[in-house]
This record gives sequence, structure tokens and C-alpha cells, in this order.
Amino acid sequence: MEKIDKIQDEIIDEFGFFDDWMQKYEYIIDLGKDLPRIDGDKKTDDYRIKGCQSQVWLDAQSDGETVNFFADSDAVITKGIIALLIRVMSGQSADDIAKSDLYFIDQIGLKEHLSPTRSNGLVSMVKKMKSYGLAYAHQNSAKS
Amino acid sequence: MMDTSAPHITEFAARIRADFPILQREMNGKPMVFLDTAASSQKPQQVIDAISDYYENTHANVHRGLYQLSQEATDAHEEARRQAASFFNAASEREIIFTKGTTDGINTIAFSLGEYCIGSGDEILITEMEHHANIVPWQMMAARKGAHLKVVPIHDDGMLNMEAFHEMLTDRTRILSVVHISNTLGTINPVKRMIQKAHERNIPVLVDGAQSAAHQPIDLQDLDADFFVCSGHKMLGPTGIGILYGKEKWLDALPPYQGGGEMIETVRFEGTTFNKLPFKFEAGTPNIAGTVGLSEAMKYMIQVGRKEIAAHDQELLSYATNQLENIDGIQFVGQAREKTGLISFLIDGTHPSDVGVLLDKMGIAVRTGHHCTQPLMQRYGIPGTVRASFGPYTTKEDIDQLKRGLERAAQMLR
Repeated sequence: MEKIDKIQDEIIDEFGFFDDWMQKYEYIIDLGKDLPRIDGDKKTDDYRIKGCQSQVWLDAQSDGETVNFFADSDAVITKGIIALLIRVMSGQSADDIAKSDLYFIDQIGLKEHLSPTRSNGLVSMVKKMKSYGLAYAHQNSAKS
Repeated sequence: MMDTSAPHITEFAARIRADFPILQREMNGKPMVFLDTAASSQKPQQVIDAISDYYENTHANVHRGLYQLSQEATDAHEEARRQAASFFNAASEREIIFTKGTTDGINTIAFSLGEYCIGSGDEILITEMEHHANIVPWQMMAARKGAHLKVVPIHDDGMLNMEAFHEMLTDRTRILSVVHISNTLGTINPVKRMIQKAHERNIPVLVDGAQSAAHQPIDLQDLDADFFVCSGHKMLGPTGIGILYGKEKWLDALPPYQGGGEMIETVRFEGTTFNKLPFKFEAGTPNIAGTVGLSEAMKYMIQVGRKEIAAHDQELLSYATNQLENIDGIQFVGQAREKTGLISFLIDGTHPSDVGVLLDKMGIAVRTGHHCTQPLMQRYGIPGTVRASFGPYTTKEDIDQLKRGLERAAQMLR
């Protein structure tokens, strides 16, 4: 859990340097453009998280220790926020992901994008990431 | 370049704007540019005052009270019905049913007509540019009755394929339900001609007037529509109130939609007899404050001038089209010859939702997405559009801000 919170704090620090909304969104857009894409064969309904405005695709893979996330969206701002979520959550332990509290969203002023009333798929994506964490954590405890 | 239309736009809208207090507010710390009137219009002070005044001085339940206050509330409520009948030139106020809105009106007719005369193998005719509210109620009814939904296609420019329309009117067609003005494309459909064609085969026609009611004067007797539905909140009135107009012969014939108080004459456990029109279709306590507010909104439009509102709308449309077409990579979705004051578009290399997010930060309110017309988006093969829509209070400056905002957003996103 410490690792997740450390990354969140780093992001909050980085966003503190922006003077206005334009700089902030330019940064998010850049992150969105740089996000490694999900494999083309995974951009199917099986991996799709339904949003009203934009589409999100999410895949998770675990090596037993940690969980890695891969995601994509057709909207670049959504992708930029996904890049931040992946930076925080990907490579963490399943248990930490399941128990994470993503306070950075609020702190960097992106709460509106993860409000349940804005149907861009991001709220469902966070829920899905956590449920992947939960599922892999169960799998790990069953093995041990 | 000289723009001769600009002074009129400025003068008319400036006069109107003063009546709309919400337009003074900021959004995200910027003066608000409100370009989402097609979703819901803003309200003039006159309407806001009429609603508060009603609750402060006149409210009681209508139609049943013997006391003065209830009589005054009833008078105000029924005056709204007279106002609506005159606003749309209905033959009688018995033809005006108050509903929750356009969706409620279409559901009423889809249900009642379904019970009255739709059977297995019958056809319901709609168009490819319908709002979900003019698709789903018919699908639900068709599923209950074993009927088929038939869809008139459109051309790429957003105009109805009239040749296909003529061919799709058959002996099995039981109703034509068509949008007057498309909320996504802005297309003004030739509903009068379509009604004439349908009537040649004795097919009744429902006109979805959600977008047209506030944008152009409408004479229902001249139009000869059998049913016409609209929403108060899109015509400067409050939310939760709408109008269903139906020709008396149809409303008399159709069975009621919902049961309850108001709509009955006598109730026995053995059976119930129904009230006369319009009450037969108005179960439960009506939205009295809503009818009072809507009545005031209609008075306001008459006072401002409905022809002037329509002229302003057309001038803004041409000003906005001329301005926005200079934006690099813009593609208009919907380029019908006859359009109303809304523009749907995409900008190459950008997603509509990204554009919407950035415009919001600049204080500009537009709508992005599929606009409740998913089949239309599928037809064009696009995820959605950005839509800017205008009202009587929209100014040339609003359009200029939109243009600047779009250029900035495109620059950031590409």
C-alpha cells in the first residue's frame, strides 16, 4: 500500500507545478498520446468498459506477485487519466490494488472525470481494476 | 468582410438576454457561453417569477376544491391549457393534454394506439434520425403486439429519403411517427407533405415537436398532424411539463394510458367509467406549477415575437456556419437545405468528448456524444458529435467564443 501512496504523492507534487488548467490538460493529453496501446486483438467487447461518451478497454495480467494493467480509450484525455491510473496501480500487489484509496484524483483536481454521473467509463475502470486485484489476491491465497 | 446580419443578432439577443438571469453566471471561472439550448433552454425571469408567485399565492389542488384558493389554482391551470391551444392553434382546448414531456407524450400514444388498433404484422413507420424517445416506445409496443418497426433512411446530407418514405407507406402502416426537427442534425423535415401523403392512406401521424415548438410558429390545424408532442423545458418553460396534442376524434377513440384520480368519471369495483377529454389522459394531480410556468413561457415568446425568434435563429445559424467552416478540419454532420439553429460537427484528429472537456474549462457549454440518437451515429459510423445549439438569447459573441475555443482545443489535442 505504501508504494501506491508514494506514487500518488509524486503525481500530486508534479501537478502542483501547473499554473493553470491549460498546462494541466496539455500534460494529460501528452500522457494520453504516450500511453502504450493495448493489443489490437484485445480491443473487443470482452475487454470493453462501456461509457456513454468514450470507450475504454482494460486488460490485466498477473505473474503471481504483481498485477499489470493495459488499457486504451478512443478519447485522448480519458487516455491521459488512464495513464495516471496505470502508473499508480500497475505492477503493485493484488492485495494493495484491491485495498487502494485513490486520493490523488481529488487532489489534482480531476474528480469531475471520475464522478459517477460522468459516464466516460473511468469510474467503471477503477472498479474493474480493484476487482481484478481482489480476484488475483484470492487466487494467490488459494495457492498458498 | 461585411456581415450584414450581425447588427440584428446583437440587438435582438442583447434585449432578450437581460431577461435570463442565469446567463450572468460564470462557469469554471469564465463568463458562461451557453450553447446547449437543444438539450434544455434557459428560463426568463418572467417564468421564474410566475412559478414562485404561484407557490406563494395560488397553490392548492385543482378541479375538486370548493374553496376560492382551489378555484384560483384551477383557473390558472386551465388558462395554461387555453394558452397552449391558442399558441399551437389547436381546434379546441380538449385536444391539449398535459404530460411530463415529449417522451411521456410519445409513450402515451404508443401505448394507447397499440391497444386500440395495432395487431400482428402491422407496421409502425419512423425515420433513421429519430431520438431514442421516438424509437423505444414504438419498439416496446411492437413487441407486445407482434408489429414491425420500419425505418425511413436518410441521405448523407441529413435529409430524409423521400422516395423511400413514399414506398414505405403501405396498407399495413398504422402510424407514422416523425421528428419535426432533428436534435442531432438540425434538419427540418417536410412534415406537412409527409402528413398529406400518410393521410391519403388514412394513416395517422405523430409529429415529435421537441425541437420545433420553440424555434418556429406552429399551426397544428394547418399542419394537420393527428398528434403533436413537445416539452416545456425546451421552450423557455420549466422541466417536468409537456404537451400532447391529439385530434379530438383520435383522443376520444383511444383508451386511456394511465389510470388513477382525475381521469375517472365513476369508479366501482365492478368497473370504471372514464372522464371526458382532456382529463381522460391526465391521471393524478397534474404539474400545476409546471403548466403555470409553461403558460408564462408561451406568453413570453408571443411578446418577444415568434417570427423574430425564428428569424434570429436562422441568422445565427448562417453566421455560425460561416464562422465555423473556417476551422481547420471541421466536418459538419447534417447539412440539410432547411435547418434550425444547431450545428453538429467533428474536428479531424479529435474526439468529441475531449473537445467538450476543454470547452467546459473555457466556460463554453456544448453537448457531446450521441445525443440520444445512437442509430443515427451508427449510420454515419461516428462515435458522436459536438453540438452547439442556439436560443433566442444566443449572441454573435457566443459564436465567436465558440470558434476561438474550438481552435484552441484542436491545437491542444492534435
